[in-house]
Amino acid sequence: MIALEVKDLNKKYPDFHLKDVSFQLEKGYIMGFIGANGAGKTTTIKSILNMIHLDSGEIHILGKNMVEHELELKQDIGVAVGGMNFYTRSKIKTLTNRIKKFYKNWDEVTYRNCLRKFKLDENKKIIELSEGMKIKYSLSLALSHGAKLLILDEPTSGLDPVARDNLLDIFQELVVDGEISILFSTHITSDLEKCADFITFIEDGQIIQSMEKEEFKESYRLLNGNESQLNQVKEKLISYKINSFGFTGLIHLKDFDPSSDMKASVPTLEEIMIFFAKREDMYV
Amino acid sequence: MKIDISNTSEKPIYQQLFEQISAQILMGEIDQGYNLPPIRQAAKELRVSIITIKKAWEELERCGLIYTITGKGCFVSELSSDDKLQKRNDMIRKQMMKDVSYYKSFGLTMDEIINLLKEIN
Repeated sequence: MIALEVKDLNKKYPDFHLKDVSFQLEKGYIMGFIGANGAGKTTTIKSILNMIHLDSGEIHILGKNMVEHELELKQDIGVAVGGMNFYTRSKIKTLTNRIKKFYKNWDEVTYRNCLRKFKLDENKKIIELSEGMKIKYSLSLALSHGAKLLILDEPTSGLDPVARDNLLDIFQELVVDGEISILFSTHITSDLEKCADFITFIEDGQIIQSMEKEEFKESYRLLNGNESQLNQVKEKLISYKINSFGFTGLIHLKDFDPSSDMKASVPTLEEIMIFFAKREDMYV
Repeated sequence: MKIDISNTSEKPIYQQLFEQISAQILMGEIDQGYNLPPIRQAAKELRVSIITIKKAWEELERCGLIYTITGKGCFVSELSSDDKLQKRNDMIRKQMMKDVSYYKSFGLTMDEIINLLKEIN
């Protein structure tokens, strides 16, 4: 079953264009949504949540059209977008009492368990919570209303390494039963190297690729070589850097001739992102 | 079952898992009939993606080292000592082919390779 299907999204802003964005997330898996700042991650997420009006395209969540079934589907979606910057002077307790009224399937027992597990004190005010606590509070709310799809925009970006590690543990625990699916955007790709099953890579408003993580990395090679070798492959490289030892460049596996004697390795997610971003600079 | 994953290795993680588990099965360190942890649980515990574990388990199954009972999980196959020996030799041969082509890229002859191997042993 497909938890989330994004089909041919288009949205034109004066200085930015989301172009034919399509990808899908299978139920029970974690998908990392990566791209540099301004690549279109948040705009895509807002489109998924029907928070912006699209020029064209469709969103299907758990098999249903988002625009037609928005209220119903939002019962099944848990969202953490940016910090919680509303009702900051209210206590957790007060805010939860407001929010839970919106959800038909609110489960008080699950909520209590989450508070205990995440060590959240409900007498604390939102303004007193650390970034990690805010994410955990958002997750508590999502899990308590029985969300099947979690959409998280940069959930790990404000966190220290320990809190991030802790959060990744929680994500993996959530998908163990195969019922919950997670889409999370980040530019901290090391968070994804381990736990994500799928990667969707957006660059300048367009999806470069959306596929299984290892397959994604395997579809590129990082080349190291000297200047004369650079001249052999220059045209085929996505981009490259020159240093005093020669060059380092990224190439599509299909464009790489394995019989050449250049040193080739499978890049990390970060290296892929960096060389794609560099491509832009090279043509400017 | 012992697992030691290196994130800095050039080898994909599923390959590392496959190699380590298959070695332990073939060496008899894991008993036949041993129930491997469920895929999603193993992913969480080893902090790798679900698909990584799935691939490793699939590869083990393809090599006949484990089998799946739907709804119950994956179990280590019953293998005669002849089977084990043959599977072990297949794997060693595969690795040796890679190693030998690496040595040959330095222009070593087969005799030189063998002599060097003996030297380090």
